Amino acid sequence: MATFIAIVLAAVLTNNFITVKTYGICPFLGVSKKTSSAVGMGIAVTLVMVLATAVTYPIYEYVMVPLDIAFLEIIVFIFIIASLVQMLEKIIEKVSPSLYNAMGIYLPLITTNCAVLGVCELVIGDTSALLDGAAMNFGWAVLYALFAGLGFTLVMIIMSGMREKLNCMKVSKSLAGFPISMITASFICMAFTVFTYIS
Amino acid sequence: MKNKYGKIALDGLIFNNPTFVLVLGTCPTLGLISSASSAFGMGLTVVVILTLSNMLISAFRKIIPNEVRIPAYIVIIATLVTLARMILEKLVPDLYDSLGGFLALIVVNCIILGRAEAFANKHNVLESAVDGLANGLGFTCALTIMGIVCEFLGKGSIFGLQIMNFKIAALATPAGAFIIFGLSIAVFTYVLNTFMRSRRIKSNKIARENLLDKDAGAMPVKEA
Repeated sequence: MATFIAIVLAAVLTNNFITVKTYGICPFLGVSKKTSSAVGMGIAVTLVMVLATAVTYPIYEYVMVPLDIAFLEIIVFIFIIASLVQMLEKIIEKVSPSLYNAMGIYLPLITTNCAVLGVCELVIGDTSALLDGAAMNFGWAVLYALFAGLGFTLVMIIMSGMREKLNCMKVSKSLAGFPISMITASFICMAFTVFTYIS
Repeated sequence: MKNKYGKIALDGLIFNNPTFVLVLGTCPTLGLISSASSAFGMGLTVVVILTLSNMLISAFRKIIPNEVRIPAYIVIIATLVTLARMILEKLVPDLYDSLGGFLALIVVNCIILGRAEAFANKHNVLESAVDGLANGLGFTCALTIMGIVCEFLGKGSIFGLQIMNFKIAALATPAGAFIIFGLSIAVFTYVLNTFMRSRRIKSNKIARENLLDKDAGAMPVKEA
């Protein structure tokens, strides 16, 4: 139980993917203009993160490490992620066309999202800081991916809210666009650094 | 001929700088500019990988079928990154440690896939190599400049060399990296726009003078 709480708090607050690890910044800056699209992107990324971890972790632990081909991890992981995203796109298109219309444009972008490959690499690396000392296993890996994705979604939603308000403001010409978004993002990061003092 | 390569190089370095103008590859930028040496190391790694991937993709552009080009590019890039990771781990373990997870994430760096898709699959090997080198160096320069600013203000040092004791610790965190990155883009855009405007005014002036000269030259002919 203690490990569960530690994983949830670490993944969402103290080790948040965007504000602390700076993974997945491209969709964070690109798709956060409206809250509805930010939520859609956040859910899509969380889904792919969980599925990718659930596939890559057992393959790495039980196939690649015993066969002594662990050095191929990057090639194998990126291939799994790319095919997973493609498959998910086709399944969603068949099962729920309305969801496909809402999420379809974000799905191809997720292949090149650092957060997905990042979480796959993170759970097979040194995880003592994430797990409160417990040993990594399949369950914890998937749980960590799920809550890291939810933490990502949380920051996306906060950012989109701030950017919607920002649309009503007058911004100096050279700051308009990316610079002002980054300065806004920096305030969110500052707020999240408060959580690192908890530990 | 030479002019063409100059244009490709200038585009990559300044006018289409991948970091400041196109704002690609933001994750490693924000994650590593708190230290100038790791930012510089990341830049150089990307230069090597981008140049090689551009050359390979350009060399294979006639063989790779159009439908499966993206997976093919990803395999080429992932192989190069795996090699780079092994070499760095053996030769420069310090840099390997300071880059951390961002080394593996070069695979999903948008700059590399972006150059492959936008340039290397339409141009020959030499042009692609120049383009890769220019874009990589543009990325390196941007990262190093921001790294120096961030490290100086956030840690009081430059490339690990302690210069002053005063420091704003917040600027060495991701929050500071976001602010420095945002302000750098704003300054770069402002300077670039000013330069472009002055160049446009100058070229307009030259064009007008040429026109006047031609008119002046043409006038007497008409009279005669």
